[in-house]
Amino acid sequence: MTLLDKLVQLLVAVAVFAAVLGVVLLVAGRGKGRRAEQVAGIAFAAPAILLLIVGLLYPAARTAVQSLLDARSAGFVGLDNYIRIFTQPDLLIVLRNTVLWVVVTPILATATGLVYAVLVDRTRFESFAKALIFLPMAISFVGASIIWKFVYEYRPNQQNIQQTGLVNQFLVWLGFEPVNLILQQPWNNLLLIVVMIWIQAGFAMTVLSAAIKAIPSDVVEAAGLDGVGGVRLFWYITLPSIRPAVVVVVTAISIAVLKVFDIVRTMTGGQFGTSVVANEFYVQSFRLSDLGMGSALAMLLFLLVVPIVVYNVRQMRKANAR
Amino acid sequence: MTLLDTRDDATPDIVTAATTRPATARNRLSSRWASLAAVVIAVLWTIPTFGLFLSSFRPERDVQRTGWWTFFAHPAITFDNYAEVLFGGSQPLIGYVANSVLITLPSVAIPIVLATLAAYGFAWTTFPLRDTLFVAIFALQIVPLQVALLPLLEIFVGSGLNNTFWTVWIAHSTFALPLAIFLLHNAMREVPAELVEAARVDGAGHVRIFTTIMLPLLKPAIAAFAVFQFLWVWNDLLVALVFAGGTSDVAPLTVRVAELAGTRGADWHLLAAGAFVSIVVPLLVFLGLQRYFVRGLLAGSVKG
Repeated sequence: MTLLDKLVQLLVAVAVFAAVLGVVLLVAGRGKGRRAEQVAGIAFAAPAILLLIVGLLYPAARTAVQSLLDARSAGFVGLDNYIRIFTQPDLLIVLRNTVLWVVVTPILATATGLVYAVLVDRTRFESFAKALIFLPMAISFVGASIIWKFVYEYRPNQQNIQQTGLVNQFLVWLGFEPVNLILQQPWNNLLLIVVMIWIQAGFAMTVLSAAIKAIPSDVVEAAGLDGVGGVRLFWYITLPSIRPAVVVVVTAISIAVLKVFDIVRTMTGGQFGTSVVANEFYVQSFRLSDLGMGSALAMLLFLLVVPIVVYNVRQMRKANAR
Repeated sequence: MTLLDTRDDATPDIVTAATTRPATARNRLSSRWASLAAVVIAVLWTIPTFGLFLSSFRPERDVQRTGWWTFFAHPAITFDNYAEVLFGGSQPLIGYVANSVLITLPSVAIPIVLATLAAYGFAWTTFPLRDTLFVAIFALQIVPLQVALLPLLEIFVGSGLNNTFWTVWIAHSTFALPLAIFLLHNAMREVPAELVEAARVDGAGHVRIFTTIMLPLLKPAIAAFAVFQFLWVWNDLLVALVFAGGTSDVAPLTVRVAELAGTRGADWHLLAAGAFVSIVVPLLVFLGLQRYFVRGLLAGSVKG
């Protein structure tokens, strides 16, 4: 395809799109009265609803069905795919890794973001200091993975060969042997998790910093009158006041972590015992063409996300009701 | 902590505490250890990016043989890495830059237009099942996009759209709609009803209310979502890999750079430059429109 072909494709899209918009506004703008009112409402909502049905609702339902079928979607196998996920040794490792990701990442990312937000709050360098932690959020998971792969880079320990990765150079400076970090099972999972923490801490910091600034100043002042400051102010005043925001951040990061695929794929391709459910979904679906297993893993992701979201929404309701 | 002993503590210096409260709290928090902790975190968060960034400008020989920190002892700078990765070889990165732009612009514009229309329908018109449908769309936010990928690919292959930009445009637009409709609906409900009523009395129909009242007032909300969606689409790997990964005709930067990391993982001079080619655009957008991004973040942190 030449660039011209691509631009033509873009122009066709714009034309199709303008036509849709035109029809909606034309239909919505016709006539008056109750009937016309309803027609207008449907016209406004219809394009989005149609797209959601074709592009999300129907495919999701089909995936649910496919998860009960075999690799080629030919025969019914019941819950076999799900049973395999929870019994096959290599898939059990995938589950173990996913649990590790979901437990470690939200806690450490939120803790780092929170501590940092408190430390730089109302200091002279606040906005600059925040920007430093914030920036990784603009970087793609692929870019972030390459950045960290470089940090973990390993060169065999021979004469005239210098380390080019920062971690191994530190080991050498401290008098240790360099280590091929990415191969050290199961610790290599933590090296991948570091990348996600590095990205998500900025998100945690932003939301929590906004929550800290929203604490009524008379509360903080009253604590000050009672001689509460520093660490005690943090434990007794700051943390309880921003608890709803902390819950939102932890759950949001958990959801993002469950679906993390890019980091694992770019850093290790899921090798060396580092695969997670989202990566395994891709491998089974598109590399091994096992439609049944791929669908079952996708459904598993869905089933894991639902309780977290429900909890999140409930907490937000509570916070809003207050 | 009882009321009694706090009063004991506070009584002697209650006057100074009252007058200098913000200052003392700040002093204690930004004591030497606190500052040190903040600096350590800031350095840990910055050094990895800086190391790769510096390496992207070092000559191949230097990158392969020495760590980037030796640059300060033996500085040498070159733009060859960028020239080679952008324009050299059989699959120069510049073509993928174009693909990324062509993928991203419609994938941001389409959901914004469709969601703004739908949000208006749900917020300011009445039609049968309106509230049920809105709750359903809200609930769709929790569906991970993985659940839709396999059947969607089948649909695209069946309809002959495979390996065109249409696949990625449609996929990204669909997946963005639930959150976009939810956010824009909330923003539209904040418009005072009197304003809409006054326009109706003046004889304005839905189309005029939508275009002359809602759109101008919704600019900040739309901008917030646009920045969000832009970063999401530009940085996406999964959707691009599934629908556009097979051919250099439509594959975006992320796909190619991830591929480089796999096939040329030892060529750090190229990998570093390639990574920064893919990072620079979202970084600029992010720095320029940070204000809107933070708004979107604070409003949309529930996305499923």
